[in-house]
Amino acid sequence: MKFWGYKRPDGRVGIRNYVLILPASVCASDTTRIVASQVNGAVTFNNQNGCSQVPPDQQFTMDVEAGYAANPNVYGTVVVSLGCENCQMDLVVKAIQERTNKPLKQVIIQEEGGTLKAIDKAVRYAKEMVQEASMMRREECDMSKLIVGTECGGSDPTSGLAANPTIGELSDRLVDLGATSILSETTEFIGAEHILARRGKDEKVKEQILGIVHRYEHALQLVGEEVREGNPSPGNKAGGLTTLEEKSLGCIHKGGHRTIQAVYDYGKQIDTTGLVIMDTPGNDPSSVAGMVAGGCQVVVFSTGRGTPTGNPLVPVIKITGNKLTFQKMEDNIDYDASPVIYGKKTMGEQGDELLAMTMEVVNGKQSKAESLGYTEMAIARVCNYV
Amino acid sequence: MINAMIIDEKDNVAVVIEPVKKGDTVSYVDKNKKTISFTAVEDVQIYHKIAIKDIPADAPIVKYGEHIGHAARDIKQGEHVHEHNVKSVRENLG
Repeated sequence: MKFWGYKRPDGRVGIRNYVLILPASVCASDTTRIVASQVNGAVTFNNQNGCSQVPPDQQFTMDVEAGYAANPNVYGTVVVSLGCENCQMDLVVKAIQERTNKPLKQVIIQEEGGTLKAIDKAVRYAKEMVQEASMMRREECDMSKLIVGTECGGSDPTSGLAANPTIGELSDRLVDLGATSILSETTEFIGAEHILARRGKDEKVKEQILGIVHRYEHALQLVGEEVREGNPSPGNKAGGLTTLEEKSLGCIHKGGHRTIQAVYDYGKQIDTTGLVIMDTPGNDPSSVAGMVAGGCQVVVFSTGRGTPTGNPLVPVIKITGNKLTFQKMEDNIDYDASPVIYGKKTMGEQGDELLAMTMEVVNGKQSKAESLGYTEMAIARVCNYV
Repeated sequence: MINAMIIDEKDNVAVVIEPVKKGDTVSYVDKNKKTISFTAVEDVQIYHKIAIKDIPADAPIVKYGEHIGHAARDIKQGEHVHEHNVKSVRENLG
């Protein structure tokens, strides 16, 4: 199998072709919104961070900023900074250049002399870049260049029964075709981390899997949160979940059955093929942002209750195992994974169908979240602002 | 009529997808699309687990193809599988 994508000068392949107007901090975010609204083909996001952050949090922000600029769905980037934030322009530019050699322009609001001059300059850069980007044509590319992120949010009992196992079938197929699949959401590994660790390709990967779970638990303990206590909750038990292992398996089944090749910290560049893990929060927009920063071009997202969420750079494909949710929210949900529950399709057949749908989106068809213009995102944090 | 499902072919429990009463026939479809049926020996709530075969005491309870706990006592086919007859066992790596 092959896919149609845009070849980038850094060797990676995009399935969309945007120009990113990148806000270095919260203080540049309204400016980038105005710039992106003026230029057809430009995208941006509301960056709540980039200043007044403790070092590990600033690192998360820098990795997402650099990773977004390097994401292969981006043709080139115009970075806009205020001038005095902690995510200084030279640091952001260096972090981007460590990841990619794609087109890059800079605008510093305080140096340009305020909003209107900064916008004027940024719009001119962006306008030129989208015109260059519009000359790109899709070419046939190898599946080894495709990275698919997996996520679940707004879960209900059908997520663990049908939607997540169907995504697991998709993940297995992608890995067998030579592509990369990312399993995320460390908080949801807790209780099944020993089962997950057993699937690591070597001792190092096994230890990393246990390590990210224990690190996450420790970070939550610092603010008095004990994840294992009272889990599964009384509500989970009333819903039929007996052990924490069982609850977590319902989530991690998105990762299918293949060997885990590597474990990445939040937002770090994915540089291997096969099934990999990224250490992300359970919070959907910030987990997706970490994987997008890691270079994934498309996300497959399961939801029992139904959610419209998208992302500025990558198409998000929604799947539900709940027949009623699909009927109620068909405007938002791309794939109905409920037939397997009623014995009408096998998990394998659904995996084949979801693969076909994913490849259509990869090759250019807009997902429902994409067509409705959903672009919200967030960046993970471990601490309050300074 | 299909009123239960299994997730992985290795599983020894099914999940009922509607409330099941004692004496009801429980049916699920396996991966070869063959319908398998047995009798519920007690009531089982929606989305709860039911043993699809006899599970001896201390044997693993298998769902998602993985061990989610061990049988706390002998469990017969058609019995409700939950906290009252499952013990949580933290298994070692290997």
